[in-house]
Amino acid sequence: MKKITYILIAILCTSFGFAQQTPAPKQSQPIAITGATAHLGNGQVIENSLIIFKDGKLTTVSNASQTDLSGMEVIKADGKHVYPGFIVPSSTLGLTEIDAVKATVDESEIGEMNPHIRSIIAYNAESKVVESMRPNGVLMGQIAPQGGRISGTSSVVQFDAWNWEDATVKVNDGIYLNWPSSFTRGRWWLGEDRGLKSNDKYKEQVDELVAFFNETKAYAAGDKTTTNLPYGATEGLFDGSKKLYINVDDEKGITDAIHFAKNNNVKHVVIVGGSESYKVADLLKQHNIPVIVQRIHSLPSKEDEDYDMPYKLATLLVNKGITVALNANGSMERMSSRNLPFYAGTTVAYGLDKEEALKLITSNTAKILGIDKDYGTLEEGKSATLFISEGDALDMRTNQLTHAFIDGRLISLETHQTELYHRYDDKYKAEKK
Amino acid sequence: MIKTVLTLMTFVCSFSILAQDYFPKNDGVTTKNTNYTAITNAKIYVTPTQIIEKGTLLIKDGKVVASGTSVTIPKNAVQIDASGKSIYPSFIDMYSDFGIEKPKRPAGGRSSQYDASRSGYYWNDHIMPENNAIDQFKYDSKKAEDLIKAGFGVVNTHIQDGIVRGTGTLVALNSNDDNAMRILDAKSAQYLSFSKSVKSNQAYPSSIMGSMALLRQLYYDADWYAKGNITTKDLSIEALNNNKSLVQIFEAGSRAKNLRADKVGDMFNIQYVILGGGDEYERIDEIKAMNAPLIIPINFPDAYDVENAFLASTLSIHDMRAWNQKPTNPKLLADNNITFALTTHDLKSPKEFKSNLLKAIEAGLSKQKALEALTTVPAQLLGKSDKIGSLRNGTYANFLITSGDIFDKKTTLYENWVQGQKNTIENRDIVDITGKYEFNLAGETYEMTLSGELSKLKSEIIANNKKRGSKIAYTDDWVNLAFTTQDSTKQEFVRVIANVDANKNLNGKAIMPNGSEMGFFAKQTETKKDTTSKKEDSEEDKKDSVATVSPITFPNNGYGFETLPKAETLLFTNATVWTNEKDGILENTDVLIKNGKIAKIGKNLSERGATVIDATGKHLTTGIIDEHSHIAAASINEGGQNSSAEVSIEDVIDDTDINLYRNLAGGVTSIQILHGSANPIGGRSAIIKPKWGHAAKDLIISNSPKYIKFALGENVKQSNWSGGRFPQTRMGVEQVYVDYFTRAKEYEALKKSGKPYRKDIEMETLVEILNGERFISCHSYVQSEINMFMKVAERFNFKINTFTHILEGYKVADKMLEHGVGGSTFADWWSYKYEVNDAIPYNAAIMHDVGITVAINSDDAEMSRRLNQEAAKTVKYGGVSEEEAWKFVTLNPAKLLHIDDRVGSIKVGKDADVVLWSDHPLSIYAKAEKTIIEGVTYFDLKRDEMMRDQIKKERSELINDMLQAKNKGLKTQPIKKKEKELFHCDSE
Repeated sequence: MKKITYILIAILCTSFGFAQQTPAPKQSQPIAITGATAHLGNGQVIENSLIIFKDGKLTTVSNASQTDLSGMEVIKADGKHVYPGFIVPSSTLGLTEIDAVKATVDESEIGEMNPHIRSIIAYNAESKVVESMRPNGVLMGQIAPQGGRISGTSSVVQFDAWNWEDATVKVNDGIYLNWPSSFTRGRWWLGEDRGLKSNDKYKEQVDELVAFFNETKAYAAGDKTTTNLPYGATEGLFDGSKKLYINVDDEKGITDAIHFAKNNNVKHVVIVGGSESYKVADLLKQHNIPVIVQRIHSLPSKEDEDYDMPYKLATLLVNKGITVALNANGSMERMSSRNLPFYAGTTVAYGLDKEEALKLITSNTAKILGIDKDYGTLEEGKSATLFISEGDALDMRTNQLTHAFIDGRLISLETHQTELYHRYDDKYKAEKK
Repeated sequence: MIKTVLTLMTFVCSFSILAQDYFPKNDGVTTKNTNYTAITNAKIYVTPTQIIEKGTLLIKDGKVVASGTSVTIPKNAVQIDASGKSIYPSFIDMYSDFGIEKPKRPAGGRSSQYDASRSGYYWNDHIMPENNAIDQFKYDSKKAEDLIKAGFGVVNTHIQDGIVRGTGTLVALNSNDDNAMRILDAKSAQYLSFSKSVKSNQAYPSSIMGSMALLRQLYYDADWYAKGNITTKDLSIEALNNNKSLVQIFEAGSRAKNLRADKVGDMFNIQYVILGGGDEYERIDEIKAMNAPLIIPINFPDAYDVENAFLASTLSIHDMRAWNQKPTNPKLLADNNITFALTTHDLKSPKEFKSNLLKAIEAGLSKQKALEALTTVPAQLLGKSDKIGSLRNGTYANFLITSGDIFDKKTTLYENWVQGQKNTIENRDIVDITGKYEFNLAGETYEMTLSGELSKLKSEIIANNKKRGSKIAYTDDWVNLAFTTQDSTKQEFVRVIANVDANKNLNGKAIMPNGSEMGFFAKQTETKKDTTSKKEDSEEDKKDSVATVSPITFPNNGYGFETLPKAETLLFTNATVWTNEKDGILENTDVLIKNGKIAKIGKNLSERGATVIDATGKHLTTGIIDEHSHIAAASINEGGQNSSAEVSIEDVIDDTDINLYRNLAGGVTSIQILHGSANPIGGRSAIIKPKWGHAAKDLIISNSPKYIKFALGENVKQSNWSGGRFPQTRMGVEQVYVDYFTRAKEYEALKKSGKPYRKDIEMETLVEILNGERFISCHSYVQSEINMFMKVAERFNFKINTFTHILEGYKVADKMLEHGVGGSTFADWWSYKYEVNDAIPYNAAIMHDVGITVAINSDDAEMSRRLNQEAAKTVKYGGVSEEEAWKFVTLNPAKLLHIDDRVGSIKVGKDADVVLWSDHPLSIYAKAEKTIIEGVTYFDLKRDEMMRDQIKKERSELINDMLQAKNKGLKTQPIKKKEKELFHCDSE
């Protein structure tokens, strides 16, 4: 019956051109998944497992045992694999639909110091791009603004909701900052060399940040008779209620950014991008700073760099004991976010253990985003946000989802794209007959 | 005061020797100087190889009358004794803009403009053969002074603007006479380049391949015009035809561009004299094979300032090597018997010329060759050997008088004579007053030491064992000296002015701080130059010593080969072999590679002399073929017009692009480098193999089938930026095609009729398409336009070969099958433009199921190095079998490129283009361990690891050398991070 409803909805959506699959209702009945290989996301694997969840929470994650499964919906998953839902951090999913259509672009605001700008209210829960994440196992994301020096405040969402409010997992979890660049591009339109040269305003730009943080602290200490939105939005960094995510790539920038954050008593710092972070691994380790690594499928940043440097970057950091997560940032980052599992898979080809690689898109990300109490691993008491795949979900060939759950809700794995697929596949099959 | 000394050089104002005798004279009586000047007892370089010791140079009326050891000196000769001095012909700079104002970009907007701004001229503003340097020429005495000081006597100047720049003017740097005397040839050469005029906004050509095509078409049109076939006036073409007999000088500016210029010239039997870039050494054999005379700049880079280790890490090996390699360029050119002249072009000032030239000589350029490159060679290239470049009888009296070997650092250039007019740079008879002096003044005894060069004399004064502050200047036998008094609390000076007498004593007066004057006499007590100056000299020598020269690799980047690898006989044993043939995937199989081909496939093979590679547990496949890539090209889009069928990517292949190597590391062995998607009719493709290390022309697959890029969609109608040319809608795009193909048919009909026709490269290309001799790969997005283009093709009776991107191919797959077109698509790209809103990752699967030949391509330098993963996505999206999915990136693109008879499968007799994978090739866990093209291992994981260590080592050595250079006080340059632009379809 349920299935028929889905199909009906699908047909309706197609014929009226609606974008989003209808969000799934609350879990009404306990569900048991039996016989699958469970990848817990914390490095452990349970072969032939039993996973039970009730009211959206995992109640059993164990070896298959003689348990009474009556009254439960049982999903036999022998030979299949179960994973916690993958999480994509520092994402612009839902903020922009089509890059080239300005009217659909809501990812960066004008101005330099915008901590008060909040991504969550612009997050489009009905984005066609967002729903296309789910068939690959990417079920959650941190939505972050871009642009300016301080881009704004991010929030964490899950990918099956009627609206942004329902989608919210953690609101205003952090502030995104773009660290001043060590290089600037020549103004070629004025006849300057197009190449990169040392940014001679670097110090000035860092000083602006220092000044802004000093003002914020002074404001926090005062009686706030006049509200200042940007200062007010920044306060959480000092009491630990918000994390500071710093987009920075180069060795010097990372070092300066860490010292800046520490000098300003920012409680939690996360380095984002970090293409040269492997060069300052010891400093990162010393301050216990995690890194959200740039898209694994990137080109080396320098001509002579190892061809596989981006592929092995995460491995180098993990081997140093640093908490690492992966993002998908770069050109076409939103639609490419569904390749997150394959980014993790690539790190395996370049030296990482498979279960370690899985952590980069599950438990480590949850830890960094501060949602690890409920998400990121398959552990009893945590949210039943997980999926079943026919095979190894980190490899394209075998990443074939049969079921996906967010907070125990069985979500649709259909998308705008699968609908078009079925429509035309059916057309040609009918013609063949 | 110091400044006065520095500008010691004075120009002797003498009477003009050759006043035009038919001019009226109103400022005095008519005078005519018929005297001779005889410079005697000098070592005279009549030419770089004809040298007279203790000879006489006799000149009159600005020309050489005679030279030799037994020249009869006429009675009415002014004699100049030049004992111990040397005389050289002065230098010639063939590539100059002397006396021409730098062309300026007009103020105002820079909106794109498609039509020419002029009428009565060629249709393209950047073609200006009608320009003549002489019309804009204004003698610039200030610039002349710098050139004269650097030893130059003649320059060939021109307007440095546009693709065809018109004629240049040969000028003697004669600041004493007027243009009547100094202009040696008003139209001495015609100049060309690849760069557009800054004065026009006309968009075409927007790329170097467009410049090449434009020049070719211009030459065809000029021929057509010359034959009287054009009834209207074209002043540009007329000028071009008039300039035909002149020397043609082409500003290319780099090794790769030299070859491109030469290629254009060769097609029309024009041998350009080419201005190079100083990087010819990187592939000297290719430069030699051009057989073209060159003009070579010597702007050798300073060491980078590498003190900041963060910044230093951004430098590439290639850029760092240039510092020690570039000075060897002239030597290597000479060693290879390549004719070249030297130029001051690219130097900030001619003042830097000598120091750079000395670097080249230190790097091995012989002094004779250096002199030839500055005198006889440019004279001969300009066809003016009888007038300039030597001191043979009858040539202009353009010569230098020096204290000795002109290419020695310590040599002083005393005089530069131009057309018999003397320019004094250093006084030849100046008395050397360095040494120790003693003098008494107001009861005190002073000791004074003078040292250093005479033009920058240093003084040290000691009285009562105490050093005094002092400053000295020495001009024209007079010394100006100032020194402080004993009272150090006050800033008071004693000033001295004194004349140097025959005994080098200083005789004059001193003016005390209180204004009273008294006699001054300083006696020289010691003439010997003090030891400090000697020490300085040896230190200066050390400064100049160039660090070790890095070996040149092919290409000259990190990961380049010192010697190119050769084809080997290789036996892979016990591999899982993906044949792409009927045999499918063979387990535990051996493959023998011999003579660049697949020789045998089977079990338990053996071959004497073969290198055996144990492939147990590994997979051997044919190499990946990327149907759509934009790497390794100097330009991608010629967007200046709505059709650019005349341009070819083959003209602009860049053999140094590191992405070639990275592609190899991803198992890629054949690539179609496509034109971009700026216009409905794009440019011609290059189909290459990434044979890392080989020259651009050798990357192109021999006899490769002809291809051209077409494009539909948002880009060609300029949807996402402001354009303004036709078409702006998909409706217009259809009409562009109908228009061009109609014209092409008419063109062919005329051509076939035997009547005269205007050769049109664009039409020639389109005719090839109509005749099935050239294949279209068409960038395409939505179903309406895909359908439209098939209908247009059908109307003109040809077949579209490939739709590339083809994101909505799945919507019209049945129609595509009927038309017989292939589809080369992305695995999962979408949502970046409005037209990809309905793009789905199942596209490949649907098209494949319908029966279309399907490929997965990259259009991206990153994705191209892991196309195996992209192919694997079709297993996920649409359930394509693994064996078929693998063909999406191998056999199928080979078919779409019509090279499947040579590559695309492991079959006996096909090219040995194979990849050894660590794992199942479609797996995310697979890594290419070896990539082999035609039996040559171009990528090997083990070599790659070795190269990493080597690069690390070389980098630190270079940085160390640069730090040493800085410590020695050599000039350094700030670090800039160079980046190659990564191209996509829409790249400008």
